[in-house]
Amino acid sequence: MLKLLNKIRKTGIVTEPVDRSAELDALGLEVKSIIDKHYAGSFAIRAVDAGSCNACELEIHALNNPLYDIERFGVHFVASPRHADALLVTGPVSCHMSAALLRVWRAVPEPKWLIAMGDCAIDGGEFAGSYAVMDGVNTLLKADVLIPGCPPTPALILRAVLQLLQGMHSR
Amino acid sequence: MNRFDWLSELIARCEDEHILLRGGSAAELAPAHVLNLDVEDWGRFAEVAKQQVIRWCAIWALQQDDENLLLNACFEKEGDYLVVRAPLELRSPVLPSHTPVYPAANRPERHMQDMFGVLFSNHPDHRRWTRHQAWSEEDYPLRKNFPASNEKSKTVEPATDHHYNFFQAQGAAVYEIPVGPIHAGIIEPGHFRFQAVGERVLNLEERLGYVHKGIEKIAEGRDPAGLTKLAGRISGDTTLAHSWAACMAMERAAKLKIPARAEYIRALLAERERVANHLGDIGAVCNDVGFAFAFIQFGRLREIWQRTNMEMFHHRMLMDVMIPGGVKYDLQGAQINELQQQHTDLKAEVTELMEILDNNTSLEDRLLNTGVLSPELAEKLGVLGYVGKASGIDYDVRRDHVYAPYGQLTVESPCYQYGDVASRVRVRADEIFQSLKLMDEMLTKMPEGEISIQWKQPLAGAEGIGIVEGWRGEIISFVRFDDAGRISRFYSRDPSWLNWPAIEQLIHGNIVPDFPVCNKSVNGSYSGHDL
Repeated sequence: MLKLLNKIRKTGIVTEPVDRSAELDALGLEVKSIIDKHYAGSFAIRAVDAGSCNACELEIHALNNPLYDIERFGVHFVASPRHADALLVTGPVSCHMSAALLRVWRAVPEPKWLIAMGDCAIDGGEFAGSYAVMDGVNTLLKADVLIPGCPPTPALILRAVLQLLQGMHSR
Repeated sequence: MNRFDWLSELIARCEDEHILLRGGSAAELAPAHVLNLDVEDWGRFAEVAKQQVIRWCAIWALQQDDENLLLNACFEKEGDYLVVRAPLELRSPVLPSHTPVYPAANRPERHMQDMFGVLFSNHPDHRRWTRHQAWSEEDYPLRKNFPASNEKSKTVEPATDHHYNFFQAQGAAVYEIPVGPIHAGIIEPGHFRFQAVGERVLNLEERLGYVHKGIEKIAEGRDPAGLTKLAGRISGDTTLAHSWAACMAMERAAKLKIPARAEYIRALLAERERVANHLGDIGAVCNDVGFAFAFIQFGRLREIWQRTNMEMFHHRMLMDVMIPGGVKYDLQGAQINELQQQHTDLKAEVTELMEILDNNTSLEDRLLNTGVLSPELAEKLGVLGYVGKASGIDYDVRRDHVYAPYGQLTVESPCYQYGDVASRVRVRADEIFQSLKLMDEMLTKMPEGEISIQWKQPLAGAEGIGIVEGWRGEIISFVRFDDAGRISRFYSRDPSWLNWPAIEQLIHGNIVPDFPVCNKSVNGSYSGHDL
């Protein structure tokens, strides 16, 4: 137990300013103030894999590692769509997932936002044109924000989420 | 020990059983050996192979012309691979199943049934597998007359996957828990159906196929660079190993020898991928039993590791660094020193963390004896990678079916007998240390020279097989070219195909709340399986 505590002490706080750029830091802080004001300090995202290769999921996970620590801006990932303010969709929307995606979208209470993450979710990406995929989220629903990349880096995802909020509630 | 010691014995046993062998070839799919059979002997051959303790690896078909399929089944013994082939007429596409003797063949055969419209006459389970509702029972996506882009399947209000007959259990206290396809965490979709009494799991049945993207079909018609890109997205966490297996298959088909330095860089990157995934998963397993300390610490190490990938190879997960004929990026002198330093640092960190994990009694309480897969069952199911190595299956492609550059390196591989979650974590940690050692050896021995060679168009109908040890275990890729140097058939067998069924077995008798940690300790790829 002592070793464990010692390791925590030695590691210290590794969470860093995003992108190490003042611009993004400012964005982060501004968005935190939006979340504090409009979402009682917490903006909830439900992630849905609609046929991704799982690379996008790994980068969403990275957002929760101690270096990015997205929760410090008030953004957190929830288990149920009924708790969510936004749906974050990855993958080209495989035909086998499209029914589930529509249902989960209906389960999110209004007001709600849809984020399409990764090249696949935008237009099918590498899988576009296949008999088994819908070529992106917009073939079924209307995405409010697109995050390009294969997969988008955690910094890009964070930036897009923050910009979504900023656009939604800017003065 | 000579290569293929066992082949003459197998051939002799086939003759005893009056299985007609219609010639073979050591060159056709080298380094695998090919034997040709009649389809009538397809099932009996598997029986003989089973008696000879030969492992079943994969099955795939390819359409030769309007009337004929060519069946392929891949086997392995002592690190040597055998591909058995038989023609099958589409007029009556019925053949014997391997599943009665090799349970591992169950889902791969049902995949083939759905994709090619063949019937395995004595298969114990004729339910569809990869097909849900996206195409009709009369359509077979991998037949040549099925269009790659089929608009019929894209209805606006799609149907759900109803009418799949799950196993049922009945009794006074038995209840059922359906989970998924969408799970509570940030993970891939799939359906799990539990029957439980109290907290105890009586039965678990998996239903996969939700992320089926038609990868085998859209591979057709691509050029080698296009296939490499697609293979890198079969399973994002395994992008390097999958694109390596695909490139290896294509390069063998084209009889292309890539520069030695490219081989070393490929191997170095494959080990980096292994380390990154093991770091992430050890943390995630601990997190599933509420030990957040490890989750945070290993998450930190993984992130630092991925940032180095970005700096040196321009992608955090190493996507698209592989090209047919070599690799895209070289290593500079200073980077070599930087990597060596990183290996030393990581070794110290993981050593320190594993000691803390080992001495934590509450972690021990949750991981020891949880989700046990016995060596007998592991062998029966043919599980691979760390799932096998934790349950007495001492097999590693890098060591047992040597491919460049591993022949010039010292490959160690752990093996334990107990088969519980703790053993699978232990294998992962051991593999991190061994990969670090291997990478240091690679950096010392790395030859000078080019990092890629000009692609050369293979002959029409040229075929190749690529077999590598991905971080989850053995990956098998097969390619066949058409007369324009494009892909006419691509098949890829992720180790998850053989590891997924193990979860249904190892969960027996465990409590429902331990399912996440059992599942994570195996960590099958949904995307790699669904294709």
